[in-house]
Amino acid sequence: MTDVISPARRLRRGRPEWLRGPALVGAIAITVWLLVALTVPLWSPYDPLAEVAPRLQGPSWHHLMGTDQLGRDVFTRMLWGSRTSLPVAFVVILSSVVIGTIVGAIAGYRGGWIDAVLMRFVDITMAFPPILLAMAITASLGPGVRNALIAMVLVWWPIYARLLRAQVIAVKQREYVESAEAIGVKRFAILRRYVLPMAYTPVLVNATMDFGQVVLLTASLSFIGLGARPPSPEWGAMITEGATQFYSWWIATAPGLAILVVVLAFNYVGDALRDSFDVKGVL
Amino acid sequence: MTATGEPILRLRDLRVTFQTPAGPARAVRGVDLDVRAGESVAVVGESGSGKSVSMLATLGLLHNAEVSGSVKWGDTELVGASTDTLRSVRGRRIAMVFQDPMTSLNPVLTIGKQMSLVMKAHQPNLGKKELRTKAVDLLNRLAIPQADRRIDAYPHELSGGMRQRVMIAMAISNDPEVLIADEPTTALDVTVQAQIMELLLKLRNEHNLALVLITHDLGVVAGSADRVAVMYAGRIVERAPVLGLFASPGHPYTSALLDCLPRLDRRHDVVSSIGGTPPNPADLPEGCPFAPRCPKAIDACRSDEPNLVRIGTSDVACSVVAAGAAVGEPV
Repeated sequence: MTDVISPARRLRRGRPEWLRGPALVGAIAITVWLLVALTVPLWSPYDPLAEVAPRLQGPSWHHLMGTDQLGRDVFTRMLWGSRTSLPVAFVVILSSVVIGTIVGAIAGYRGGWIDAVLMRFVDITMAFPPILLAMAITASLGPGVRNALIAMVLVWWPIYARLLRAQVIAVKQREYVESAEAIGVKRFAILRRYVLPMAYTPVLVNATMDFGQVVLLTASLSFIGLGARPPSPEWGAMITEGATQFYSWWIATAPGLAILVVVLAFNYVGDALRDSFDVKGVL
Repeated sequence: MTATGEPILRLRDLRVTFQTPAGPARAVRGVDLDVRAGESVAVVGESGSGKSVSMLATLGLLHNAEVSGSVKWGDTELVGASTDTLRSVRGRRIAMVFQDPMTSLNPVLTIGKQMSLVMKAHQPNLGKKELRTKAVDLLNRLAIPQADRRIDAYPHELSGGMRQRVMIAMAISNDPEVLIADEPTTALDVTVQAQIMELLLKLRNEHNLALVLITHDLGVVAGSADRVAVMYAGRIVERAPVLGLFASPGHPYTSALLDCLPRLDRRHDVVSSIGGTPPNPADLPEGCPFAPRCPKAIDACRSDEPNLVRIGTSDVACSVVAAGAAVGEPV
């Protein structure tokens, strides 16, 4: 009872416990890709849009991943591709989390008919396979990165709304929430300061996992011509171009590898976060 | 100290029903209770007797129950009141402290932050500095050492007794007139229990606060209550001044409860208990709900449920006792 308490701030220093093994590899891969996306214009080996060498050259020291059918350097284009995929995925996840949080928090905390209406809307959206719905929306809005992004947000937010709603319903029954109600803390303050912080972990874990999925979906939409258009260097669009050059395997392999690495990296980190926070109910 | 004057909180025929798969569970079945400024009322009963539920209903904190009857704060009716009305009463007029201090504080906010949120709910004009000063002052009043440092601590850094003090500090931070304490000491060590009860009584005297103590601990009742309401199966079966209750319990259930207390002046080989179990609120027996466990039960008990009858200074709901009193036995 009379012990002297240590200073209030005692953040753990050093590497967090979950950051080891595959998660560490994943985190390094993500960091490298982020650095590439941010800085590639400063040190880019070639111009990603320019014809820099004879067409359809195999990998060599000058062109690590060869050249494509227009004589552009595939490795350079792959690096530049991260400048589409990563920001798009970031914006899609962030917007989905924000919209999903607002809808899920209101539905879970208020309950009743508001909950019923919002959740039926979520049900309808989630009844469609995400790629199909995203395709349909992009097609109706017109192809392009911006429209693909809007389509993906529309497809993705219901996942977070549902996830957060379930968490809010669980947390709002905790005794400290009831106790705060009993001494008159305002409802918005209860939701924001008492319920959301305890409900948020699964959303963060899911967002990490979904980052890879959105990168994949972005590439998929571009692959079928609904996202980025040629000649912009985008992984999905590059695979489309490579697919027609069957004997020049390196054209499609490079962006494919990039997607593989990014998706795996986010999955590894997400997995470790999930285990570390002991979150249940996240796939 | 026995308070006189108009009751500030008045419960009349309060009824609470929960819908369960087994049918409607009538948790509270017509409770009448008055609370006056500065008095301490104990509501006693076994688990499931409806004591907590009736107080939660008073503050409109039950979300999935049907509540009927009347709870009046002065002239304000609280049963069926709007959320805004209820919120203006909660904390400001009537505050509640819960049983388990381990789970009643927000684990992600410092206690100072939580106290500020509570104070801001009813005193929105207070600035950051004032809030902090007031919070430290409150913690000091509750005898929390190093209050100016504890205020930046998180709940997990405090002991159970300390957390319960923080809960009480939060509950009284908006100067309520009634403090409902739902088993405030159940989760604490015996020595800490005594400190907390002392604090509550001190606050009552200093602020003319009315205390409603929900408890199953008759020791706590004897030491701190002015009046006692004994609940069984959702009804008050005896309402009496504390001395009268302990000296001459009216209801057989009260007597049985008192018999269960180990006494220093007697030899006990076995601590006695009341045979049987409390009735299921979804399936109450006909007549007096205590009759199946009552040593004095007569046939009439199994058909008619008795109402509270004034006998001496107590109100007792028992057909046998009422019949005895009617033929002139001294009470």
